[in-house]
Amino acid sequence: MTTVAEYRSSRELFTNLTLRELRSMYKRSFLGWAWSMINPLANTLVYTVVFAYFFRLKPTPGHPSGLTAYALYLLPPMLTWNFFQTGIMSSVGGLIGNGNLIKKSYFPRELLPASAVASTLVSHFIEMGVVMVVMLAYGNFYALLYSPFTVLIILLAAVFSLGLGLGLGVLNVYFRDIQYFLTILFLLWMYGTPIIYPNNTVMYRVVNGVNHVRYLPGTHVSLFAVMKINPMTEMELLLRQTMWNGTHPDWMQLLYFAAWAFAALGIGLMVFRRFEGRLAEEL
Amino acid sequence: MTEPAVVVEDVSKKFRLYKERNNSLKSAIMRGRRAVVEDFWALKHVSLEVPKGETFGLVGENGSGKSTMLKCMTKILRPDEGRISVEGKISALLELGAGFHPELSGRENVYLNGAILGLSQKEINRRFDEIVDFAGIGTFIDEPVKNYSSGMYVRLGFSVAINVDPEVLLVDEVLAVGDEAFQRKCAEKFADLKHEGKTIVLVSHAMSSVQSICDRVAWFEHGHLRMIGEPRDVIEEYTGNVHVDREVDGDGLRWGSGQIRLTDVELLDGQGRAGTSVRTGERCTLRIHYDAPEPVTEPGFAFFFNTINGMPVTGPNSVAAGCVPDKLEGQGVVEITVDPLKILPGTYDLTVFVADHTLLHEYDHRQNWLRFDVERGSIREDWGVVSISPHWKVGEMEGGT
Repeated sequence: MTTVAEYRSSRELFTNLTLRELRSMYKRSFLGWAWSMINPLANTLVYTVVFAYFFRLKPTPGHPSGLTAYALYLLPPMLTWNFFQTGIMSSVGGLIGNGNLIKKSYFPRELLPASAVASTLVSHFIEMGVVMVVMLAYGNFYALLYSPFTVLIILLAAVFSLGLGLGLGVLNVYFRDIQYFLTILFLLWMYGTPIIYPNNTVMYRVVNGVNHVRYLPGTHVSLFAVMKINPMTEMELLLRQTMWNGTHPDWMQLLYFAAWAFAALGIGLMVFRRFEGRLAEEL
Repeated sequence: MTEPAVVVEDVSKKFRLYKERNNSLKSAIMRGRRAVVEDFWALKHVSLEVPKGETFGLVGENGSGKSTMLKCMTKILRPDEGRISVEGKISALLELGAGFHPELSGRENVYLNGAILGLSQKEINRRFDEIVDFAGIGTFIDEPVKNYSSGMYVRLGFSVAINVDPEVLLVDEVLAVGDEAFQRKCAEKFADLKHEGKTIVLVSHAMSSVQSICDRVAWFEHGHLRMIGEPRDVIEEYTGNVHVDREVDGDGLRWGSGQIRLTDVELLDGQGRAGTSVRTGERCTLRIHYDAPEPVTEPGFAFFFNTINGMPVTGPNSVAAGCVPDKLEGQGVVEITVDPLKILPGTYDLTVFVADHTLLHEYDHRQNWLRFDVERGSIREDWGVVSISPHWKVGEMEGGT
């Protein structure tokens, strides 16, 4: 069914849709693209004050990078989390928002979520570029050395995001509750992932300067082991390795995260194909 | 017989009409997952074939399924049964500028819209000037399209769609966009496309343009394919049918306050024979029978006739002719004689009404009362609907240059 010509024209359309998203993203705002950095910086400021200053949470210093600043600990996974979440939300919103396009013209419908994720990805890479500059300013040259892995992790997050965006996006056309439900889901999911609080706060309880492993209440299963089932915890750990510590990623964790990402894409595509047929009628 | 460009095989399309829609998870769960749905078959077992290079019209009343058919051809809708195959690159003009983003400039939107219609970057680069030229947008091309007038918006949309260079062009009721100059350009463009051997499928309510553009026409009724054939035959059947349908409804064909009632109409040809056909260039008489139970002062009679496509031809009235009786009572006849009849051969619909002397307050109005044919006769012209009996001189003129 998919001929070479169709593939080629799909690619052109994909590029155009992505460019449209990017061009219209900060249109008519005075600061434009700077907003994509201002929001996370404001968040960083709030979290730093609350967690690092009031709660006195200290992340384990990066090794071998030697970083200790909470803001640098926070930024990379938080930005990637934001990207992951925005990618899904704009895929879900994109199918509804482009209803007129779907009703009045034919093109492979997958391109709408794909371009939504792609445009978010582009702005995410720009943000991460800025973070990288800051890392270098702090003397963390390891982060640059291992940046290809960082890129790989972000791409896997994009695949994950697209998978969920496709599946949830098409279902949302039938059940509009999904978009509201997602807001709550993401809130819970983000706090269920050690992003704004350091890993060591979940791993250990410090009593008289000695670390005691935290267990799930009434069991001998470590709390952190349970949290690691969450694929986004793996994403966070991987990014802390490449960006905070300055090491290569843990291969098993990378594999685990990749497996989740591609499984999500597979299922998302399946769901999308199953329900896309009546999109033009349901919108 | 050339090979087909569009093949529609036994296609049915069903829409769900939600009585109570499960638009929320809650209602879905509470009602046990089943929404209360009523099926509506917009298309039922439709098969047709459009050969390459043909201009094919789809006609029918609103809701008859013709636009659904077109959307199935473009793959926007997926038929529930049957198969549709289209050979070659499709471009669809369903709604012009559907993909335009208001905040982006015309230029950016041309590239986006072109890509949606399947053009590559390079192809758009090549045609860009032509597209802008055709749309007549000029320097506005770098303005955001939200600042465009609705005419500019539609023209740009049309211009992109038409410059896609499709092999199959699907058009839904968009011929009537823009001002007259732009419409003329569009008509020329269609003629060009047709000449280049492109296949065009067209949905329209404008019978005159269907008749002049299309090679064949399909008539849809309640989702069924009612008839397919030469435009003239199909349109005649279709328009006749629409009229008959309305007659059954009752009021559509006749209205008025009833002080005078029009009871019968007769059409007499040059030999004085009553019937439904007269000859061009001969004498023709129209007799209208009326009945006025109560005396009515200063009534005015009028009739007009249209071509079957609905184009007005002429509409004389007794008031303009200065023939207004002071009072009318009982039964009687109005006789109108035309000699010679300068209407050219064709089929026409006659409407008659009687009103007060201002012709505003109608006593009885009989819309499309009689359909009659004008047959070939002594006037040998065949262009248009009337003859102006011109006198010709050819050659050197006295006093001329």
